[in-house]
Amino acid sequence: MKRLSVDIRLQTPTQLDVQLTCEPGQMLALVGPSGSGKSTTLRCIAGLLKPHDGVIESGGHRWFDSHQTLSLSPQKRRVGIVFQDYALFPHLTVAGNIALALQADQDSSAQVDTLLEQVHLSGLASRYPAQLSGGQQQRVALARALARRPDVLLLDEPFSAVDRVTRRKLYLELHALRRQLSMPVILVTHDLDEAAMLADQMCVIHQGKTLQQGAIDEVLQRPKNLSVASQVDVRNLFEGELVQAGNSFKLRWHEHLFEVAQPSLSGNEWTEGEVHWLIAPAKILLHQQRRPSRGDQENAVNAVVEQIITLRGIATLLATVEGGHGQQLQLDVPEHVLQRNKITIGQKIGMSLLAQAIHIMPRSAKKEAGNHDKSGLA
Amino acid sequence: MDWQALYVSLKLATVTSLSLFPIGMALAYWLNRTQFKGRYFVEALLTLPLVLPPTVLGYFLLVSMDSQHVLGGFFAQLTGQQLAFSFTGLWLASIIYSLPFAVQPILRAMEQVPDNLREAAWCSGISRWKTFLRIEMPLIWPGIMTAWILSFCHTLGEFGVVLMIGGNIAGETRTLSIAIYDSVIAFEHQQATVMSLILLGISVVTVTLVYSLNRLKYRVVR
Repeated sequence: MKRLSVDIRLQTPTQLDVQLTCEPGQMLALVGPSGSGKSTTLRCIAGLLKPHDGVIESGGHRWFDSHQTLSLSPQKRRVGIVFQDYALFPHLTVAGNIALALQADQDSSAQVDTLLEQVHLSGLASRYPAQLSGGQQQRVALARALARRPDVLLLDEPFSAVDRVTRRKLYLELHALRRQLSMPVILVTHDLDEAAMLADQMCVIHQGKTLQQGAIDEVLQRPKNLSVASQVDVRNLFEGELVQAGNSFKLRWHEHLFEVAQPSLSGNEWTEGEVHWLIAPAKILLHQQRRPSRGDQENAVNAVVEQIITLRGIATLLATVEGGHGQQLQLDVPEHVLQRNKITIGQKIGMSLLAQAIHIMPRSAKKEAGNHDKSGLA
Repeated sequence: MDWQALYVSLKLATVTSLSLFPIGMALAYWLNRTQFKGRYFVEALLTLPLVLPPTVLGYFLLVSMDSQHVLGGFFAQLTGQQLAFSFTGLWLASIIYSLPFAVQPILRAMEQVPDNLREAAWCSGISRWKTFLRIEMPLIWPGIMTAWILSFCHTLGEFGVVLMIGGNIAGETRTLSIAIYDSVIAFEHQQATVMSLILLGISVVTVTLVYSLNRLKYRVVR
């Protein structure tokens, strides 16, 4: 088991308080805005920067332990790293770049060929980096990082320097390549879509502090608190009130009283009072105009469609909720559903905010979200 | 034609530029890798010989090489000889005189090498020493060659400093530029022309070399 676990703190050059784990064969996306400490975290893992406190462990090997004043050099940690600007050696050919990273006692030319094949660069071995396109350079950087047979692969915004078309191609390649990789992979990115497309797990970092790690959907749809919610750009985030109803709770939102089914609500950690809640736009159930069904009774609300935005077959409806004090809900529905139900702007629609889809967060976390702007509260 | 003066000039330029290689490398490496408050002052000090009138520099060096003073006295104790008006004295003075020409090109070349190339090498398991030899050295090589050629030429043509501390001892401190001056004073214009053409020829060749080397610089991928 070559699991990577990181638990470190750093004061300078930037504040860092990072806890994360990554299982072998898994890709963890480290997500946050620029300047949030993503790259600094990678540098600490690679051994290019020394944390003040904490432990870094790879597959049972301690790479860093502040209590034993242990800190292995980058050379002794088996990491492969792809830098944002690739950092290829400009005076060496593609083969030379990769061969240098291979251990000298092995027959390198055959291994270079294998690695180049893996990243779809066969035939370019004798080129110099300046003669390659951005996408090709990224592949060389990847091959060089893999040459060492690393125990951990670190990718620092590897797609930021290429154009959209190339990026899409590289996504697919990396996705395919991942199946051959058995080590933990950490992908640093500020792009949530990129993270959702490529990674299994997501770790949200903000102002040097890791806020939540979990499966992609878990973090995106069930953020732990308001800080995480604003970092992952959730839509349909509202304030509400939790009220006791017998053994369980209900959610009061303006003139509505919703059923909720969050498992944690059955515990003792919740009390009546103000909360934040959200519902994923894709999880809202749109009622069929012609034949309403019985299930439509669950947390039913009516709303008037104000705007329709269509992107790649998905229509996003902005609808003002009746009895919601003018607040708007966003719904994502396939375009054909829109056409079949003949939904247009100004039309009244019915929908259900299913109890299972409503996610409730404590209100106290509001203080943590220092720079949370009001516009996020859709 | 004073062949002896040409020999002294070439010998001086060779030993000076060769001894400036390790000194220039060390100073440039130190300035490139460390951040400290007085850095601008050190850089200014290293550039000073470039702007100071050679006679002024020569005068200060001459005074300090006097056996009554620290440097000259130390040398006299060590070797029993006088530093001023000797080839060794000339050599030491030339090192100081040509220092900016050795440090600046190497420093500029080192600054051009992105930090993350070094880091990428370390993260590929390459030792610090091997990284220096295989990654950094090839990339700063044009800068090193430029430094060597420039300090060679600059030493070859020095006049003021040589006159002040070397005097005009044939075979020991009389360089080609001094010999040219002597010829002109003695109205031997043909001699002066020949020797001047030789210096011109050497300068043209070396400066052309510097520019062709600079064209060879690898484009660093950004």
